[in-house]
Amino acid sequence: MLSFKMALRSISSNKMRAVLTMLGIIIGVMALVVLVSLVNGATTSVTDAVAGLGSSMLTVSVSDDKGNPIRVEDLDEWMREEPTFGRIAPYATSSAAGMANGESGTVTVYGTTADYYEIQNLQLAMGRWLKHTDVDNHSYVCVINETAAEELIGYTDCIGQGLNLNGVKYTIIGVLTNNEESLTGLLQSGSLIAYIPYTSLIRLATSVSADIASFYVSPAAGHTVEQAETAMENILMARFDEDEDAFDISSQNVLEEAMDNITSMLSVLLGGIAAISLVVGGIGIMNIMLVTVTERTREIGIRKAIGASRQTILTQFLMEAVVLCMLGCGLGIFLSWSILQIVNTVVASLDMVFVLDGGVVLVAVVFCFIIGLIFGLYPANKAAKMKPIDALHYGG
Amino acid sequence: MIDIKDLCKVYLVGDERVRALDHATLHIYPHEFVSIIGPSGSGKSTLMNIIGCLDVADAGTYLLDDLPIEAYSENELARIRNEKIGFVFQQFNLIPKLSAEENVELPLIYQKVPRAQRAERVKAALERVGLANRAKHLPTELSGGQQQRVAIARAIVTNPKLILADEPTGALDSKTSQEIIDIFHELHRQGNTIVLITHDNDVAKQAERSIRIFDGRILEVTL
Repeated sequence: MLSFKMALRSISSNKMRAVLTMLGIIIGVMALVVLVSLVNGATTSVTDAVAGLGSSMLTVSVSDDKGNPIRVEDLDEWMREEPTFGRIAPYATSSAAGMANGESGTVTVYGTTADYYEIQNLQLAMGRWLKHTDVDNHSYVCVINETAAEELIGYTDCIGQGLNLNGVKYTIIGVLTNNEESLTGLLQSGSLIAYIPYTSLIRLATSVSADIASFYVSPAAGHTVEQAETAMENILMARFDEDEDAFDISSQNVLEEAMDNITSMLSVLLGGIAAISLVVGGIGIMNIMLVTVTERTREIGIRKAIGASRQTILTQFLMEAVVLCMLGCGLGIFLSWSILQIVNTVVASLDMVFVLDGGVVLVAVVFCFIIGLIFGLYPANKAAKMKPIDALHYGG
Repeated sequence: MIDIKDLCKVYLVGDERVRALDHATLHIYPHEFVSIIGPSGSGKSTLMNIIGCLDVADAGTYLLDDLPIEAYSENELARIRNEKIGFVFQQFNLIPKLSAEENVELPLIYQKVPRAQRAERVKAALERVGLANRAKHLPTELSGGQQQRVAIARAIVTNPKLILADEPTGALDSKTSQEIIDIFHELHRQGNTIVLITHDNDVAKQAERSIRIFDGRILEVTL
């Protein structure tokens, strides 16, 4: 506590120099805090937008059915009986060699049911979607996306044409528009996709069986995703011997997760760059501390002569470096806050709010403390190692 | 109090070996006021550094208050200096950023004396040198004589066994010098052991006993 006061004293005795010394740390902290806060602010508003697009559903996958597999009939039953469920659609994927009109390509085949269309918010360009009867009859019909229509058939208006999947002929009953507004649509617009009845996919792909491994659930109108999630969890827990590892329910779609990954990577990247400037700031602190130690050689000599131990001197100079760093850190955080306030007024029309990110502030504080310790250690040790007589007679 | 036997100290100046102390032997008893006198280069600074535990001899033994000084580590020597020795230097050696009372307080801080007790002892020490009314002043706001009195207060605040003064009047005019010497006389009367190092005969002869040092050898002269 006393050495803290002494450190403050000695820093405030040369304010101009202290501020210049801290400048590196101040700028480093500002870079770190402002950049990460901006990324987080932007991410929040973008993820909100993404969430609005397609995550009003649950993705359920079953990894261990305990000998009690889920069938299409079970899904229908849950849909009827559980009020919080809107629609449920099983899905499985496989890829198949697609051929039509002499063009060929690898097609991603989704096997599903009628409810998939609503849950996934798909849009037909023409034709119709799969019906319950298609599923019941294992019909050889398919709905393809616009890309598949253009690349395999050659034109979009291809209802009634045939599409060979692994040599079996499917009749095209509908073509989906490429929905560039939904992120799922955006990602899929580059690939050839065919949707066929779930029951037909069982015949087409050996890897798919009547045991449903994954399905989508949308909440009923007036119910939230969370309510549906709780209901689904209860059903599955009861079904799979209370083993919560047997299944996984996620309310986020894959894209949102991917976006989260990207933005957190961006935060780390920007944070890393800012951290480098903090290290540079730390080197600045070390430089000035070395100058200070030389300037105060005589003071060190006096202190040692009247009884300061090595540790006392070490603590004193280390404390000074750490206090310098922490003051710089505090100023930097304050300035970051001011900058974010200014940014907020400037972009007020953009529906984005940037707040000081608590996590990054904590990181900045801890990082500055560590930098103060590391870069203060060398000068402080130099001071502590001085011999009292040499230091006393320094400079007369 | 001080028991020095056959002390030797050799410095290497360039290629030349300088014998700063050559088998120096001397005794100083408790409550004595002794001056050590010698011209510059005679080895008196070296002797002062060794007596003050700021430096260690190459050979010989030094017992301070029965403690074998050469056996201690640097940190232990710092503690011995802190508890047993009060230093007064020619250049006053006050810390310029600290006020008079803070300078005097410093050795007590290193001794980890509690705050209330520190304040009391600092006040008493400043009163003894007649500077109680200057406690809040910075060294630069004080005259040379006043600064030296602050330094003396700092030396006596720990109640040391030994007060070691190195040319305490070297930077002062003769009138102020006498005032400082009078303070030493007063401290001596109060029972302190004082070793005063000087090159000035007039100052030296005010002590009870003078020890002359020349070319690293000790010649005792009682005035």
